[in-house]
Parts: sequence; C-alpha cells; structure tokens
Amino acid sequence: SCSCTVVSKQPLASKMAGADSDDSLYPIAVLIDELRNEDVQLRLNSIKKLSTIALALGVERTRTELLPFLTDTIYDEDEVLLALAEQLGNFTMLVGGPEYVHCLLPPLESLATVEETVVRDKAVESLRKISHEHSPVDLEVHFEPLVKRLASGDWFTSRTSACGLFSVCYPRVSSTVKAEIRQHFRTLCSDDTPMVRRAAASKLGEFAKVLELEYVKSDIISLFTALASDEQDSVRLLAVEAGVSIATLLPQEDLEALVMPTLRQAAEDKSWRVRYMVADKFSDLQKAVGPEITKNDLVPAFQNLLKDCEAEVRAAAANKVKEFCENLPEDSRETIIMTHILPCVKELVSDTNQHVKSALASVIMGLSTILGKDNTIEHLLPLFLAQLKDECPEVRLNIISNLDCVNEVIGIRQLSQSLLPAIVELAEDAKWRVRLAIIEYMPLLAGQLGVEFFDEKLNSLCMAWLVDHVYAIREAATCNLMKLVEKFGAEWAQNTIVPKVLGMANDPNYLHRMTTLFCINALSEVCGQEITTKHMLPVVFKMSNDQVANVRFNVAKSLQKIGPVLDSNCLQTEVKPVLEKLASDQDMDVKYFAQEAISVLSLA
Amino acid sequence: MEPVPSDWIIKVDGFTRKSVRKAVRQRVCQSSSQFAANSSRPATPEISALPQLKDASSTEQHELFMQKLHQCCVMFDFYDTVTDLKSKETKRATLSELVDYVSTNRGVLVEPVYPEITTMVSTNIFRTLPPSENPDFDPEEDEPTLEASWPHMQLVYEFFLRFLENPDFQPNTAKRYIDQKFVLQLLQLFDSEDPREREFLKTVLHRIYGKFLGLRACVRKQINNIFLRYIYETEHFNGVAELLEILGSIINGFALPLKAEHKQFLMKILIPLHTAKGLALFHAQLAYCVVQFIEKDPTLTEVVVRGLLKFWPKTCSQKEVMFLGEIEEILDVIEPTQFKKIQEPLFKQISKCVASPHFQVAERALYFWNNEYILSLIEENNAKILPIMFGNLYRISKEHWNPTIVALVYNVLKTLMEMNGTLFDELTASYKADRQREKKKEQEREELWRKLDELRLQERIAIQNNRHDIQFTFNNNNNNLQDKNENTAAAVTDRIESDSWAK
Repeated sequence: SCSCTVVSKQPLASKMAGADSDDSLYPIAVLIDELRNEDVQLRLNSIKKLSTIALALGVERTRTELLPFLTDTIYDEDEVLLALAEQLGNFTMLVGGPEYVHCLLPPLESLATVEETVVRDKAVESLRKISHEHSPVDLEVHFEPLVKRLASGDWFTSRTSACGLFSVCYPRVSSTVKAEIRQHFRTLCSDDTPMVRRAAASKLGEFAKVLELEYVKSDIISLFTALASDEQDSVRLLAVEAGVSIATLLPQEDLEALVMPTLRQAAEDKSWRVRYMVADKFSDLQKAVGPEITKNDLVPAFQNLLKDCEAEVRAAAANKVKEFCENLPEDSRETIIMTHILPCVKELVSDTNQHVKSALASVIMGLSTILGKDNTIEHLLPLFLAQLKDECPEVRLNIISNLDCVNEVIGIRQLSQSLLPAIVELAEDAKWRVRLAIIEYMPLLAGQLGVEFFDEKLNSLCMAWLVDHVYAIREAATCNLMKLVEKFGAEWAQNTIVPKVLGMANDPNYLHRMTTLFCINALSEVCGQEITTKHMLPVVFKMSNDQVANVRFNVAKSLQKIGPVLDSNCLQTEVKPVLEKLASDQDMDVKYFAQEAISVLSLA
Repeated sequence: MEPVPSDWIIKVDGFTRKSVRKAVRQRVCQSSSQFAANSSRPATPEISALPQLKDASSTEQHELFMQKLHQCCVMFDFYDTVTDLKSKETKRATLSELVDYVSTNRGVLVEPVYPEITTMVSTNIFRTLPPSENPDFDPEEDEPTLEASWPHMQLVYEFFLRFLENPDFQPNTAKRYIDQKFVLQLLQLFDSEDPREREFLKTVLHRIYGKFLGLRACVRKQINNIFLRYIYETEHFNGVAELLEILGSIINGFALPLKAEHKQFLMKILIPLHTAKGLALFHAQLAYCVVQFIEKDPTLTEVVVRGLLKFWPKTCSQKEVMFLGEIEEILDVIEPTQFKKIQEPLFKQISKCVASPHFQVAERALYFWNNEYILSLIEENNAKILPIMFGNLYRISKEHWNPTIVALVYNVLKTLMEMNGTLFDELTASYKADRQREKKKEQEREELWRKLDELRLQERIAIQNNRHDIQFTFNNNNNNLQDKNENTAAAVTDRIESDSWAK
C-alpha cells in the first residue's frame, strides 16, 4: 500500500484541482452549512462524511478553509466531536500528505481538551496515529509544542491527554527536547488532581519503554515509587501495571533494589483494589522478575493473596494458580507447589465465596499435567472430587468442562464414579442455562468416557433432554445427538438412538413430535442414505398427515433438508407426491414450505 | 385545566418493578476490610470495663477519659459473631458513655484530648470500603449492603459529632489533627453503601466545613475530584446525593460576585453531572444546586440552559422527564431578559419533547402551559415562540397515539390561539407549504450528497485507471507480454489498495 500512496498522489492532486475550479458545484458555504445543520443527526452524518467534503474541496482549500472552520467551531455534541476526532486521524492524504500533516494538529488539540473522555481519548488516538506521519523536524516544530501546551493546560482534561502523547514523540526528537519531555512527564506525575496522576500512572510503563535505560533508572523509578504510594488507591493500583513493564526493562541485578520494595508493598497494600491488581497481573509480574525473585519473593506473596481477606482478591489469585505454577523454575517447581501452593489451594476448595471456588475450579485441573500422575492421584484427585460435589453448579461445571487435562494424565476412569452423580445432577439443574452448559460438554465427555460407559450411564440423560420443557435445551440436545453420532458412528446410532427418536413421532405432545423431525434434520446426513431412507423417511411421510399444521410444515422443511441425502428415484417417486399433497394443504404456512421444498429440490 | 398532581411521576409502564420481581433480598451484612486486613494479626486483646467517668473524681476524670478513648481504638471483627462478645459489649458501652460525656460536660475538651479523639475516630471509621457484595448493585432497586460493625461505628460518628458541636470545641486546636488528609479520607467514605453512614458523614462534613475555614477550599476541590471521577471515569459513587446536599447549602452562602472557581464548578461539574447514568438518584439535589446558582447570579441562566440542552437525553425518557422538571424549576425563577436569550433553542427542545412518542415526556412538557409565570413569558414572546411550537403541536394534535396528550395539545393550541389569533391563523395557513418546503430542502440535501459521493467514486476510478497505465508501461518496458490473468490480478490488487486508501 506504500507504493500505492506514492503512485496515486499525482492524479489525485490534478483531479482535485479540477474540482477546485468548479466552485459553483461545491461551494464551501453549502458544505459548511451541512456541518452546521440544526439537526444533530444530520450534523453527525456530515461529519462522518468529512473525507468526502475534503475531497470535494481539494487539499488546498481543505487546509485553508475547512480545517480552520473545524478548529473554530469545536463546541458541539460529544457524539459529533467523537466522529470528528476519529475522521481527522485518517486525514493525512486529504490535506496533501505527510508534509502538511501538521495542519491537522490545531483541531485535534482542541478536541484533546474537551470534557468528555471518549472524545478526548479518540483525539489522542488520532494524534498518536498522525505523529508517525510527521518528519522529525515537524515533530519538533509542531507536534512537541502541542504536547507541551497540553501538558501545561489549566484544566485537567488537557493535561490528561498530554500523558498519552509523550511516548510517541520522545524517540524521534533531539536530546534537549527529550529532556524537556521528561521534565513535563515528571510534573504530571505529581499533578494536583488525581485524574491526571491516574493518566500519568497508566502511561508510565509505556513511557518507560521508550526511555534510555539510564533515565529509566534515574527518572522512572522515582516516579513509580511516588505513584505507588499515592494517597489515592485508584492511582496506586495503576502503578502496579507500570511496575511490571518497568521490571521487564531493568537488568536482573537492579530489580531487587529498584522495583521489588515497591511491588512488595503493593502486594500488601491496605486497599483491596491494589492487592487485586497485583493478583491480576501476577503472571506478567512473575515473567518480568525472573525465577530467583519468584522463588524468594513471589511465592510467599502469592500465598498471601490466595489467603487474602477479600474474596475478590482471592478469586483473582485463584485464577492465576495454574499459570503461576507452570511458570515456576523447573528445578524447584514441584517442591514449591507441594509445600507452598497446594496447602492454600486445598483451603480454597472449601472457600466461603462461590466466585473464588469457581475461579479455582476453572484452572485447578491444569495442575495435573504439571504434577504428574502420582501426585495427581494422591493430592489433586480428592480436591477435584470435592469440587464435583460443590453446592454451586458453576464450580461443578468448571471442573467438568476441563476434564480433558486430567484425562491426559490419569485417565478419566479415576473420576467416573464421582463424575456420574455430578453430571446427573447438573443435567437436572433447575436453571436451564446450567443444563445447556452440561449438554455442550456431552460429546467431549462421551469421547473420553467411551461408548460403553456412555450407553450405560449417559444415554438416557441425552434422550431425556429431548423432551425438556425449554426449547433451547431440546435444540441443544438435538445437536448433541448429531455430535455423538459423529463420534460413535452410524451403526451405533441405528441401534441406540434412532429407534428412540422415531418412537417420539407417536407422542401425544406435538412439540415432541416436532423434536423427532428436528432430530431427523440433524441426523440424516451423519447417519447416511441407507438409514435415512429405510428408517427415517417412512416416519416423516407418516407425519405429513399430522393434525397439527406446525408438524406438517415441519415435515416439508425436513424433506427439503434431507432431500440431498436421498437418491433421485426416491425423491421423484416418494418425496414428490407427499410434497405435492402438502402444497395443496389448507394451511397457508404448510403450502408455503411445501412449495419452497419443491423448488429447492427441483421437483417442480 | 386540571392542576398538576404533586406525585405525577408515577411509574405506569405496566411492568413490575425489578425489586418486586426479585424475591425480597435478605439484608446482607458484611465484614469491613479493616478487620482481617492482616491475616497474621494477633488475637484481639480482650478489653475490660473501666470505672464510670461520672464516678471518678474531677482530677482522675481526664486520665480516665484518655484511657477510654484509647480503649475504643481496639477493633473487633463483626463478621465473626461468636468471639469477643464480652469485649464488644464493653466497647459499645464505653462509646456510649463517651457520647454522653462530651455532650453533657463543659470543660472536658482540653488540648491533649484532641489528638486522642482524632486517632480514635480515624481508627474506627477510616478504612478501604469493601467490594460490593452485589456487583450489579442498583441503588434504586437493591437493598444496600449494611456495615457490619455499625453498632460501634454509629456511636463513633455520634461521638465525633458531639465533639465538633461541643461549645468548648476549638477549631484552632483541632486543625492540627483534622487536616487535609483527614478530610480526604472522610470524603472517600461517602462511597459507603450504607445510607446510615452517609447520613452521619453528611452532617460531620457540614460541621467541618462550617468550623474550619482553612479547609473549605480543600473540601470543595476534593468533592470536585470525586464528581469528575464519577462523571468521566467510573460512574460509580454512592454518596453523590449527600455531597450535593452539602454543596446546596455551600452555594447558598457564596458571596457575590461569584468567583471564577464557583462558576467553573457549575459549568464543568454540575452541568456534566446531568449525563450520569444514575442521575435519578441525585437529580433533586442537583437541580437545587443549579437553581441556587441562577438565583444568585441570573446572568448564568444562558450558559446553564445551553449546557442542559447540550446534554439533553437522547434515548432515556425517564431522564428527559427529569430534565424537563429542572427546566421548569429554572423557568420559575428566570428573569424575563434572560428568558429572551434562551427562548429559541429552549423552545425548539420543548417542541421536540411535546412531540415525543413517550407520553410521559410529552405530558411533562405540556404541563409547562399550566404554569402561570411560564405562560406569561410565552405570551410576552409569542411572536418568537409560536412559530417554533406550532408545527409539532399541530401535527401531534392529529397523530399522537395517546388521547390524553391529544387533549392537552388542543388546550395548548387554544391558549396559543387566544394569545395571538392573527399569527396563529397565518401559521395554520402556511403549515402545508412549510412542510413542503422542508421536504424540498431534504431532497436538495440528498442530491448534494449524492453528487459528492459520485465525485468520490470518480476519484477511485481515476486512481485505478492511472494505476493501470503505470502498470502497463512498467510491464512493457520489461518486454513482458500481457497475460490476461496477470492483468486481472493486478486490477484486483489495485482495487483493494485504492479502497483501503479511500478509507
């Protein structure tokens, strides 16, 4: 696309000059009228087509007339301003390419100072985007002064916006200007308003990445330390993430002295929000500080987070258990898990808070691959079994949905005794969403447990779902049957499920009769031509005489669906007459679907 | 015409309220973070009852008072309902005795007790508020989570208030302890989900604002920060209504002319607060503050009304009704000269509201015509307002689905006709022509955009053709024969590239 810009520039300019000469067609006044329209929706539409207007005006007049107008009239509905901020980020070519891109700065500068956060953020995003299109000289002459103006603005909004712009211009300016930029950033980190300090804290990591290592050590560390002990927890928690980024930048030997004291303090902060953040970022932190510090510092810190007094923090830490264990240094992994982590995990299994338990249940199975067969059987299995009996369905569900990890290590047989009651109970849960979730794991379970176990224990459940009183469950059950047949094969289908499904065609409840049709729709293809023609088709034909119209038009739909599986002779001699009869049904919908089937199957 | 019923905001939407649908929730109590913050904390020391203050000799009283304050710094975990029962009761009794002691005795607030009192209060009430038990907490519908340690905390707040209200209280001595940091922590507590706590905090902060002149600017600044964060960052803070209530009385006391700081507060905080999702929870207090400002300085009317119009709700009818209510409150106190400045944009909005398909919005707007003062303003400026209102009123009188609205619109049309019969007749006569003119304008606009879009299309074609030329030349120069497939591929690439450019 780079070559494209170069090539297309010339013809575009000449074409635009042509449009320029024809003032009467697109006078700027008319266009600006559109941008000023009383109706917000119309203004919004015009702004969204701003590039069209610019194209009509040509690059010259876009620069000299349109942009000044936009800069001057920035008082509008936030929705319009948001659209404007976004448009301007893609305007470089419309003002004449990179050498003129700085023309876009004045309107974006104003937009970066408005009250509404989404507008400001979008303006900053566009500014960041076009900063890359500035030449180094333009960056110093036009862009960097803008950043400085924003950084020293009166109202917090402009200073907040400035925070996001330092890192994009820093790498490409002279060392004098770099020093100024560092100074401005420092000032904002100790700004009077917490909003600005929050913005600075959230950009600290990003800014550190573009700084030279010496300045990371001299400047960034002190800013980090200050922000991490801010009086407002909303600022402190943002410093945690910055700390992780900073740690990745520093050589190992500096970590202990420069970042660890602050991070340790954050892990024990009096505000649960900060501790939550530490727990949430724990895996990144672990990778950033390396194995030695992990062993000495992070293991005890992690234990504390797993035992935190706030459930939110425990849940966040529980979520990280597997990742943390996985990333432990290999030489001491097993010892650390067995002596330090597992005891905490055991306690969490019987936590008072269900979110904590369910967070743990979603990762705990992953530990088995790390610990191997013997440890899994001895230490983890009892925990899995306990969670399978948990009172909260979400916990049980999370365990069941992760069975594949355990399957690889110890085989599922070890669990199957306890699995069954848990599955049965979930299958009959009063909440249909729980039932739905367990259905979705059925094909996976069937694969892991094998056909025998399935036939003996689970088959009846799968059939029971077909007559559930919630449609979504019946639908999922139908789809489930198809997946099971894919796993176990057509022969299995013919012997176990097809008879039961077809039997439902005689059910007094028309909804169940329709389920038969839905099952046939789903199964015909996987079962193949023979079973479909021999066993299913006669039942479908019989149902074409059903007294309920819904059943009859579903017969038409089914025939359309299974038609491709049948051979042409059967279609012509058997299906066609039935559809023709349905096409002259007294019910409008039956007629409609019968005709549709006839035309789709080309039987007319 | 019927008078406006005072309780006209009744939910008549036919849907059962969420709170009714939900099984009545049990009031939940929870622990505060402070108790278990340190998991390895030593067991709480048992506290034993000291002799009663009233039984002590006056020389011993001071020392005993200090001891009791110190004793009340011991914290108990109320989540744990079995342990420390005796000590909890001792502390409760002690706190209650302290409340009595500072409210009934003179001369007990000697200098050394100030730091002790502040420490005791800080220890008991300052804490990181726990996460909400209910992450989707809807203050309008859900029962709040109540503070578990309230049996003690209530007495601490009570005690602190009596201390601040004691006639011997010396702000000059206290300001060393009740400082900016103290106030900041106090303000953060306004996020408490427990309304009982917020009620105490409101009174406490009010007293502090009244007695500590040096802290006033700081209190206002920190409240601003809380509001800005609420508006632009989190949309979550439980104590907005309480803070606004305090501000209402602060604004009342502002000296004239208003300082720039105060005007900025109005425009940059109070007006944007109207955009908050939870407006219903504090709208009454907010509207009171806004009207206070206009009453203080009528020249602010224009910016306020324009600000409200800028943030006028687009989809939330409930909020729109609140806005209309606030506009009526403003119109009740508006000066006729100020009214002239905003009548056009304002009545354009009112005209839209009257035509709202949501009958509560239309009804609320139409009620303006029941207000004598507003009616007199409309009458005085009927030449401007009538043309703005007429079109929608006329249309709605024919097509609104709700018969009540149609009846109200007829009344309004009648009133307007009586105001200026000639203009009314002219507008009726030109109604059709006006609609046609509008339609024509609409068509012209569509035509303009169609042409502009065509132009853009031509640009693309031009670029593509040009690219082909270059491609051909390039290929010819290299003496390559044009392969048909290759050429097609190139054309496709061109198209894709020019498309992505055109975006």
